[in-house]
Amino acid sequence: MSTLLTIEELTKDYGSTTAVDHLSLSVKKGEIVGLLGANGAGKTTLMQMILGLLTPTSGEIILFGESFHKHRVKHLKRMNFTSTYSNLPSNLTVEQNLKFFAQIYAVKDAKRKIDSLLQEFEIADHRKSITGNLSSGESTRLNLCKALLNDPELLLLDEPTASLDPDIADKVRTKVRQVADEKGITMLYTSHNMKDIETICDRLIFIHKGRIVTQGNPAKIVKQFERGSLEEVFIHLARDGEIVEETDNP
Amino acid sequence: MNLNVIFALTRRYLYLYTRNPVRMIELIFWPSVELLVMGFLTVFIQKSSGSDFGSFIRFLLGAVIFWDVLFRSQQAVAISFLEDVWTRNLLNIFVAPVRTYEYLFATFCVGLLRVGLTVFILTLLAWLVYAFNLFEFEWSLIPYFANLMIFGWSLGMISTALILRWGQAAEGLAWAVPYLLQPFSAVFYPVSILPTVFQFIAWLLPSTYVFEGMRAGLAEGSMNYTYFGLSVLANLVFMVISGLIFAQTMKAARQKGLLTRIATQ
Repeated sequence: MSTLLTIEELTKDYGSTTAVDHLSLSVKKGEIVGLLGANGAGKTTLMQMILGLLTPTSGEIILFGESFHKHRVKHLKRMNFTSTYSNLPSNLTVEQNLKFFAQIYAVKDAKRKIDSLLQEFEIADHRKSITGNLSSGESTRLNLCKALLNDPELLLLDEPTASLDPDIADKVRTKVRQVADEKGITMLYTSHNMKDIETICDRLIFIHKGRIVTQGNPAKIVKQFERGSLEEVFIHLARDGEIVEETDNP
Repeated sequence: MNLNVIFALTRRYLYLYTRNPVRMIELIFWPSVELLVMGFLTVFIQKSSGSDFGSFIRFLLGAVIFWDVLFRSQQAVAISFLEDVWTRNLLNIFVAPVRTYEYLFATFCVGLLRVGLTVFILTLLAWLVYAFNLFEFEWSLIPYFANLMIFGWSLGMISTALILRWGQAAEGLAWAVPYLLQPFSAVFYPVSILPTVFQFIAWLLPSTYVFEGMRAGLAEGSMNYTYFGLSVLANLVFMVISGLIFAQTMKAARQKGLLTRIATQ
């Protein structure tokens, strides 16, 4: 598989605080990579730099074989993003929101694409509903529809199941994995829900104080650390945070 | 420049108005109330003092309508940005393939439409209640309005930059910035009324030349090209300065994480 995203020595400083510290990684095409780490570890900062919301202090982001910094808008057409911390305008209908983003991303045959996504995420009945009236689960599914509108090659998901009950979270997880498999989408996925990471991700990268402390297949990492679950590994690494040998760094 | 992106953004901001009629109050109700109150106050003062009613009320009504052109176009830029902040949609916009100037241009288009609606209502009202005909300015209305709108866009960019820099706590600036300049713009009185220091500030503003030109136009019945030329010149300077301030603030916002901070507040 070819490499879709390469990050070289990426650093983000806020004054004397280093949020991301000379971090390097690469993500292959079609791979789903989970970013794990305690609050303030640097996961969201990393994502924001990949999305162009934040300018790195130093280092380079290579996307689709080109510098992201030099081709931001061109690259953003081939990417998408959804986060539990951003919403679609609550006072527009579901359809108006999707039409708006379809036009922004220059989606061809937008009507058919919107219909198919609404059907796929089982919210077609809400097409004319005001977005603000949707439940958390419906709203998350709508955000995913928006994120998949342009058939992104790279999809960044920031805690998409954070506000969902276990049942809806499970449905969203299953759907995300299914869509990724069907369409071969490369994903970067942050979550504090270990079930998300175990179910969805091919590889996890554990970040602590802006640096990668370990990475590899979730099941192998649990074995490597001789813990009973990923959650136990998380607690251990979040409290200890020393860099360990990577299990299967690609 | 991608016109599709500009059209999509403009349409989205307009959706907000059609979805929520209460928002129309801002465009119709307040300007109308202002026009009526100022108009009736002028009638009262004129009758009490026994001075020339006709010219005084024409100056004032013209000023109210002209001021609204500036204010509504400034508001379009600043409020469109705030709409994205309030609805927590800002991140979705800035991670989409939207260039900053396309985003700004869409807010300018919204301004054009907002001004069109408000001016239409005020013109109709001024004609019905006070028999004031805005079209006595004839073709000179277009350059006057264009100058005020462009200045409004400049102020909108500055207001947005300040909100971006200081966060939602500073959102009051979206309304305050134009009023900060109103006393110096000689909207309702000639520049000569102002103290000397204020006069110096007044002549730096494009709006001052438009309002002086409007009064001269009403008094003399023809357009004052000197004021028009100076207004265009001052506008160019303001547009460049506000554009640079906005671009620099956006750059700083990406460096300091201000975009994400304001979007998730």
